[in-house]
Amino acid sequence: MTAAMLAASFDVPANVAFGIVAALMIFSAVRVVTTTNVVHAALHLVVVLAGVGVNFLLLQAEFLAITQFLIYIGAIVVLFLFGIMLTRAEIGKHSGLDNSRRGVGVIVGLMLLAVLSYSLLRSFKGVHLTFGGSVSADNTRAVSDEIFSTYLIPFEVASVMLLAALIGAIVLARKD
Amino acid sequence: MLLNQFLLLAAVLFCVGVYGVIVRRNGVLVLMSIELILNAVNINLVAFGTSAGLAGQVFALFVITVAAAEVGVGLAIVLLIYRNRRSIDLDELSELKG
Repeated sequence: MTAAMLAASFDVPANVAFGIVAALMIFSAVRVVTTTNVVHAALHLVVVLAGVGVNFLLLQAEFLAITQFLIYIGAIVVLFLFGIMLTRAEIGKHSGLDNSRRGVGVIVGLMLLAVLSYSLLRSFKGVHLTFGGSVSADNTRAVSDEIFSTYLIPFEVASVMLLAALIGAIVLARKD
Repeated sequence: MLLNQFLLLAAVLFCVGVYGVIVRRNGVLVLMSIELILNAVNINLVAFGTSAGLAGQVFALFVITVAAAEVGVGLAIVLLIYRNRRSIDLDELSELKG
């Protein structure tokens, strides 16, 4: 079987998986911003972040997918749960989580969605994904080669920024 | 697979995140909405990057790094606000209003 035939036979299951995951993600994202329970919002966020990871897998970016699972679900959601705990948010239903500008929010969100989807549907109508030569088992090696050659300076800057954020967070949060 | 299905999913996530930033009063929930926005951008970067080498994936990695730093500092700020005011209601933080 040639690579093109393999890609074509992969298309239907990939689309089905995408549909299911996308529906779950949109439902959970809406629950994150509408639920009246802070802990439920964090748990719905887990579903959205895992869905993004599955999307990375469908886009054949497996290193990024693993990074997404480890950093977002493993670290950032735990950080959010700590934040909820340390700020003594009411566990359980709580009606004061939204302000009175819900109408403005709905209007802004829907208008933004209309503009974005109109322009996307106009610009990229019928464009199929072409995995330009990146279909290989060596994706992780290729990504690391790219980071440590072309993007070496941004990588170093990012590490300095992480150090600054670490020190900043400690200085802000410590008690004295 | 079409390019547009990923881009439209990202657009929906982005708009939901913007709604959350506008509507939520709780500081932690606003940070969660910002995470939704950043993840939508990441899907876009990777989807556009499929046809153009690995730049999209590398930039998505940088976005994840910045998002981790942002959540760390953001939650520290929220904790500080909570410690000083016993509440993380962002609508009460109006000292800068003229």
